Amino acid sequence: MQLESMYQDIILDHYRNPHGRGLREPFEAEVHHVNPTCGDEVTLRVHLDGDTIADVSYEGMGCSISQASVSAMYDLVIGKSVTEALETGEHFMTLMQSKGDASVAEKLEDELEDAVAFAGVSKYPARVKCALMSWMALKDASARAWGGTKP
Amino acid sequence: MTQTVSRPEGARQMPLPLDVEAIRADFPILSRTVRDGKRLVYLDSGATSQKPRAVLDAERWFYENVNAAPHRGAHQLAEEATGAYEAARATIGAFIGAPDNEIVFTRNSTESINLVAYALSNAATAKEPEFRRYAVGQGDEIVVTEMEHHANLLPWQQLCERTGATLRWLGLTDDGRLDLSDLSTVVNERTKLVAVTQQSNILGTINPLGDIIARAHEVGALVLVDGAQSVPHQPVDVAELGADFLVFSGHKMLGPTGVGVLWGRYDVLDALPPFLTGGSMIEVVRMEGSTFAAPPQRFEAGVPMTAQVIGLAAAVEYLQRLGMDRVEEHEKALTAYALAKLGEIPGVTVIGPPDTVARGGAISFTVEGIHPHDVGQVLDDRGIAVRVGHHCAWPVVRRYGVPATTRATFYVHTGYDDIDALADGVRAAQTFFGVGSEDNA
Repeated sequence: MQLESMYQDIILDHYRNPHGRGLREPFEAEVHHVNPTCGDEVTLRVHLDGDTIADVSYEGMGCSISQASVSAMYDLVIGKSVTEALETGEHFMTLMQSKGDASVAEKLEDELEDAVAFAGVSKYPARVKCALMSWMALKDASARAWGGTKP
Repeated sequence: MTQTVSRPEGARQMPLPLDVEAIRADFPILSRTVRDGKRLVYLDSGATSQKPRAVLDAERWFYENVNAAPHRGAHQLAEEATGAYEAARATIGAFIGAPDNEIVFTRNSTESINLVAYALSNAATAKEPEFRRYAVGQGDEIVVTEMEHHANLLPWQQLCERTGATLRWLGLTDDGRLDLSDLSTVVNERTKLVAVTQQSNILGTINPLGDIIARAHEVGALVLVDGAQSVPHQPVDVAELGADFLVFSGHKMLGPTGVGVLWGRYDVLDALPPFLTGGSMIEVVRMEGSTFAAPPQRFEAGVPMTAQVIGLAAAVEYLQRLGMDRVEEHEKALTAYALAKLGEIPGVTVIGPPDTVARGGAISFTVEGIHPHDVGQVLDDRGIAVRVGHHCAWPVVRRYGVPATTRATFYVHTGYDDIDALADGVRAAQTFFGVGSEDNA
């Protein structure tokens, strides 16, 4: 049974008890992203304090991987600058493209914290986009929020 | 708390009309294993079917012995290729009770539907008056149903957007049937075409086409039947059906990918302008303008998918040897068993008709507390291939208030052991994700 390599306990914990779930005010940008192959959806808001991500709030429906991913992302990006958060997003992308290569996960472990548990998902190409959906939404929302708050 | 699940009149294994073990031996892919040595339990024939050796052999035979472009050239290979291609057309036509000049080869059902949709909008601007008979424009209406696969929805939405026509649709009832209560108002004097599926790819529903076709013809509308999920699974005869068009895909009926069929009544096909133009479909070509061949050649521009057509004829012959009546009965027995087995699992809800009355073998279901993707992942880990998601019928899942479903579909090689594996897998998913009440799988 290889299921445990994908569904790490950390992932199931985030799925069952998502961090930061719910849509909150204030926010500078709200985006709605959909995975057209399966119909999973996320609505995500970003609130910036200067360049810092003060809050990310979200609602969504989808599989355990997509829902756990947005929860783990919430933990990672709050308090980071937009640039840092997007860089973390790039590294998460690298992890998801690692096809299960343990050395990639090892290098990124410190930075990605709980999100490194998604390394197992990278072995299943059909599920990679589930894990990436919320990060794509964050990138989109941050760009809009940043654009909106810049003088 | 303990609770024994016992439903004596529930999951009964009626004798199956088809010899599953013998049939499995005809499908090379069914002898491979997946996910670390597990037997492949293929319950995704509704997406695409597996291919028996006879189909693969037919394609190989063509390439190794006959390969040439049909309807071109006068050399021996070209003659033989033309002969083989046209013989396949006759075989495939006979399978649905149609003369060969009413069979148009396309890439798949999707392309067949687009062909008709584009022909109807091309008709409005055709320079030939005889091609304008079925022109669609402002004030006209096209009718579909809420049950359609995207392939039988988007081409009509787009046709309406191109022409200014209006798209209307028949809704669904709570138990997965077409709501025909407003048939006579939705299909009216303004209706130019009604497009409806014979068997839903997601709900399994078999639709009462007789009423719909009768109403459409009463108001002078054409009827296109999407047979992608019916022609592979039940006997279909176009004369009995009474529609104007029937579309189906080769790859869902044991045939190769890349070949589909548009059947059209000859007089209707003959009044339609082409969709794709180019070689093969012409009568006379001049720099100033050209005239077109008669159907079916008018709709087959370019060198056709010859080997696939020959492979599809081999698939048809394979199905004819089994007998489509028996294929239908086989799947009906499996469907009854699967509905009962899944019904025994707490938390499982079937989306679609709950019994086998006017119902095919596509069974979509949800498992309370587990997203379909995750159900599918657990099944996959056990070697079971199902489809998860919205099954290219997004309005249907939206109608029933679920984000997606898990879908199992059956075919000639499916046996009770496959369905037992499915039911065990669903229980295992409940255990893995810690939902559901009683579980001993």
